[in-house]
Amino acid sequence: MPDEIKSSLVGDIRELQEITAATDTRDYLFAAARQAERQYDDYEVIIDVDAHTQEGRFWPEILEFMENDVLKHTALNQLAGGIRTPLINMQPGMSFQAMSGRVPHQSGPAEKVTNPEKPGAAFVEIARRSIDFMGVDYQVVFPTSMLHLGMNPMEDIEIYLARAYSRWMTELVLPQEPRLAGLIYLPFNNVDECERMVREFGGHPQVVGYTICAVRHKPVHHNQYMRLYSMIEESGKPLVFHAGPHWDDPSFSQLNRFISMHALSFVHYNLIHMTNWIINALPERFPKLKTVWVESGVAWVPFLMQRLDHEVLLRQSEAPGLKRMPSEYMQDMFYSSQPLERYDLKLLEATFDKMKASTQLLFSSDWPHWDFDPPSSITSLPFLDDQAKRNILGLNAAKLFNLPIKRTRPRAADAMAARAADRVS
Amino acid sequence: MPEVNIGNASSFSDPGRKVFEVSGQEVGVFLLGGEFYAWENRCPHLDGPACQGRLLPLATEAVNDDHTSRGREFSKEHMNVVCPWHGMEFDIRTGRHPTNQAIRLRKVAVRVEHGEIYVTLRGV
Repeated sequence: MPDEIKSSLVGDIRELQEITAATDTRDYLFAAARQAERQYDDYEVIIDVDAHTQEGRFWPEILEFMENDVLKHTALNQLAGGIRTPLINMQPGMSFQAMSGRVPHQSGPAEKVTNPEKPGAAFVEIARRSIDFMGVDYQVVFPTSMLHLGMNPMEDIEIYLARAYSRWMTELVLPQEPRLAGLIYLPFNNVDECERMVREFGGHPQVVGYTICAVRHKPVHHNQYMRLYSMIEESGKPLVFHAGPHWDDPSFSQLNRFISMHALSFVHYNLIHMTNWIINALPERFPKLKTVWVESGVAWVPFLMQRLDHEVLLRQSEAPGLKRMPSEYMQDMFYSSQPLERYDLKLLEATFDKMKASTQLLFSSDWPHWDFDPPSSITSLPFLDDQAKRNILGLNAAKLFNLPIKRTRPRAADAMAARAADRVS
Repeated sequence: MPEVNIGNASSFSDPGRKVFEVSGQEVGVFLLGGEFYAWENRCPHLDGPACQGRLLPLATEAVNDDHTSRGREFSKEHMNVVCPWHGMEFDIRTGRHPTNQAIRLRKVAVRVEHGEIYVTLRGV
């Protein structure tokens, strides 16, 4: 090496490895910690209202809580046969989520943990790594594999898996990490069991709401659900509609690529449920029931507002329960941010204005899915003022879910320094 | 702008890639078809570690002269690096997104001298 070049060496050179499903979440999200340090390290609270920490790895732990002998026997046999999430009846098309290995965290987590044998501990450790490095104080976790459970033709599986998951979450996971919160999955194909879930799990201090997985063919305005909605309204905790992908709807079977189904499917189910919710005037019947619409992005919101406002003015006799315009009811509801459609910022700004995002939008990461958003998806928006960013990133959710406005996350610099020290040792 | 020696050229496979952190800056160095290319390890989408993802050939839509499609095929000429955060792909030679060429990685100057690879960092 020539001397003049030798003298230009600057600092230590460290080689960074290719990121795989086995990469530690802290290394995966190291760039997010840098963003946290630069953009929102001083914010009073950051709340992620929808994340997943792929629980497929932890399915054996969940099955330990299965209360039905026959289903447990079936599940354990499927597990032994190599099926990762037994009983789910997952469609083959869902395996395209990870883009053929392009997005490894979608296939994980396969990283090492300090205590793999202790039930619940691995889930908590991996979740903690993600919230520390995204700079999140509280995270609401949600079962990815159960997103399509409403389409399972075996109704008892939905009921028993909902119970097993909720017991695993409330008895094993949440007590190990006060920064995590859960939503209770409602097995919406059986309303009696939904009510039982509310009664049995709703009082847990880290349960912050109830969720209906939107991928299903059940009209949310049916009279059978009115007592359930009354119970939830009385609980003071919100009802969350979580959208999802599904390729088996007849219309979607025309779509030949995962991207097409994914782009439409999430929005499709929330469009249907929101339309039924509004046209049947459920906001008038349950004025104190707060609803949250999750994982459909935000671009669909102004579309549906315009569309329903237009039609209701002309066909009032078909929506006689409404006392206000559909868009006004929708402006009272809450929405999660991910996947935030950021390509056209002018359109996004108009969308934020229309949906009153500064008070109604809740940051969600959807980590570790392929289309996850870090908090910088909000802090980097040029049209938001500082207070709106703070609201969307945490203050709105703190109010809605009754979570403390309290910093629990480490300083981003400290998290990064600790990880760097780990690497050296 | 300091120039930094990041190692021996013979340690690279072709196609191949190594990513380095030097003085707080992260640079991906790629060898493809006998030529070296270097890009900042920062995705223009959301700052993900773009250079630490998989190397894959560009996927193409194979359309016949009569406009019928044979489906998708991997390109024989173009190789991409895929950001592992969200799957955004960039041509290793140009650093550009295949669909929207305005979206691209930031270039880092790279040269080989006496078998050693040198990259030029931003001012430190």
